[in-house]
Amino acid sequence: MSTYTEKIREISQRLLKECKVEMVIGFRQGTLPMMNEPCIVRKPEEVERLVWDSNCGINLANYLTNRKEKIGVVAKGCDSRNIVTHILENKIKREQLVIIGVPCQGMIDKRKIAAGVQGEILSVAEADGEVTVQTAAGAQTFKKAEVLQQNCSVCTHRNPVIHDEMVAEPVAEQTGVDPYADVAAIEAMSAEERWKFFEELLAPCIRCYACRNACPLCYCPTCFVDESKPQWVGKGQDPIDVRTFHFLRAYHCAGRCTDCGACERACPVGINMRLLTKKLNKDCLALYGWEAGLAEDKRPALDTYKANDPENFIH
Amino acid sequence: MKVIKIDKNQWSQGLEQLRNAFRLFGPVGNGKASSIQELAPGQAPDLTFANTRLSPKNLVFPQSEVMLNYSLDPDDPERNILKEAPKDYAPRAVIGMRPCDAKALSLVKMNFDTDQYQDPYWLNLYNATTFVGLACDAPASTCFCTTAGCGPYHEEGLDVLLVSQKDGYLAKPLTDKGDQLLKAAGWSQAADADKVIADAKAAAEARIVSKVESDSLRAADTMALYGAPFWEDISFACLNCGTCTFSCPTCWCFDIQDEAYRKKGVRIRNWDSCMFPIFTVHTTGHNPRDTKLQRVRQRFMHKLKYFVDKYDQGIMCVGCGRCVRQCPVNIDIRRVSAMMNSMASAAQCAVGGK
Repeated sequence: MSTYTEKIREISQRLLKECKVEMVIGFRQGTLPMMNEPCIVRKPEEVERLVWDSNCGINLANYLTNRKEKIGVVAKGCDSRNIVTHILENKIKREQLVIIGVPCQGMIDKRKIAAGVQGEILSVAEADGEVTVQTAAGAQTFKKAEVLQQNCSVCTHRNPVIHDEMVAEPVAEQTGVDPYADVAAIEAMSAEERWKFFEELLAPCIRCYACRNACPLCYCPTCFVDESKPQWVGKGQDPIDVRTFHFLRAYHCAGRCTDCGACERACPVGINMRLLTKKLNKDCLALYGWEAGLAEDKRPALDTYKANDPENFIH
Repeated sequence: MKVIKIDKNQWSQGLEQLRNAFRLFGPVGNGKASSIQELAPGQAPDLTFANTRLSPKNLVFPQSEVMLNYSLDPDDPERNILKEAPKDYAPRAVIGMRPCDAKALSLVKMNFDTDQYQDPYWLNLYNATTFVGLACDAPASTCFCTTAGCGPYHEEGLDVLLVSQKDGYLAKPLTDKGDQLLKAAGWSQAADADKVIADAKAAAEARIVSKVESDSLRAADTMALYGAPFWEDISFACLNCGTCTFSCPTCWCFDIQDEAYRKKGVRIRNWDSCMFPIFTVHTTGHNPRDTKLQRVRQRFMHKLKYFVDKYDQGIMCVGCGRCVRQCPVNIDIRRVSAMMNSMASAAQCAVGGK
């Protein structure tokens, strides 16, 4: 992917030099293996900081909310879908943006890799669809496809849906994947099994709100869990309050979520809260034929009313 | 107090014996991460862990703690009277926490136990607990304890230091509390092991490869650091989640909440985080730290400058590396401290060169 890095730098430098943008938002090399840090570049001579590899899973649309500048933004498929959603929801204007599109081949799941090796990971390198992990015990190589984030492994929108520049030719989209197999497995459970599953899923939560804050959809000036007049949710570790946070947050994302995986990736205790938002994605697709962030000229499913909208789920 | 040798076969036997006098806590792993938990009868602490995912600060500072109970029942003659919540302050022992986390407790104690104020909840739990540390022979690449006023064999805040050996442990009692714990376990075989421990300590310290640069912060000009040009660069990626503060062993902030349901209520305190916008919102609605930059600056200025100035005991960080490893966007306190430190040292050079 190093050609991506070169191309991102080249485009960014040109945009900054020609004053097409005031800043470029991208990634710089992190201080740890499998971690890159979102960053701003404001000067043409600073573009050497920008990098691209399979550790750019943070969704950069999150950094555009309510900004007033003219911005160049590096965007993989899911980021671009969230940029579309941001434009539809008036969080940024299309004319403020120069979108530097990145055809994405999926992001690495650092937890999957950590689970597959013994001892601490000292460095990680990728080449030709393989990921080589160095530990004190030696090197171990994985096929990249086997260590992708789960959302990336079932992604069918790898190419940016809107862009002004492209760093490479589009990649082939995945076909024949079932993005909702995990949700279907939960739907097949009995109510008791499902309740137990959710209890265990959310038990490790420490309410740091990394999932919410990593999500480009969560831009409310004051989140409902932070409201005090009235207070909707208790702020302690009572499991009822913890679940209320997760369930309500998921519903606030209905018809808006692109399954970018930023929430799960950000979670310090490894909760897959995507299972909640994905259920709503699945329902939106089944009921309204809707997938978020694919077109600038269509209103989101829960934003509009049609006389023939299904309503048999209302009891 | 003499170093005690504990043979492998005496280890679990002694632990079981300890249960007569203590509730036991220790690291427990689930294959993905480990945490300090209460140990069930027969359950031994897992002493093969690198470090626990969250710090053990919840032992003395639970994430949510009921302080007071009250009744809202109009028929209750004692309604609206706040009453102390019942607590279990029976003796407890934590077996196998890391020395960095123990040092963190002694830093936090400066806040919860002052001449003017003593926090009863924190202190009661702290005083009820005997802290048995496990010296760290295999530090992570993100551990920087030796430059954060600490170390893999650091003793501050511990009652006993355990040193792992091929055939068991060496236990170095550090306080009367620690001495009593060893006696209660029936571990009494004195060993002449000072040199063994000193050698192991030197070897472990040599394995710490990561550093935090902080030597110029004490003398630095506070307002110059506060107004430094690098805060936008440092704070840009921040999500303002609570991962760093909640995983940090030295973050001590809390928020007090009343929660009432029907005829009963509780007053609880919960961990709070200076990363959260509502941390500083006034009742008027005004928020003096309204932007991400201000909040990120506050966290690092508190740990690396205000604390240093107020207590003159070094930085408010023990180098455990949790925030470095767990930050979802890779904001790294080592990088931030280096930026603050080099600005401070450049300023000192300028003054000295006049």
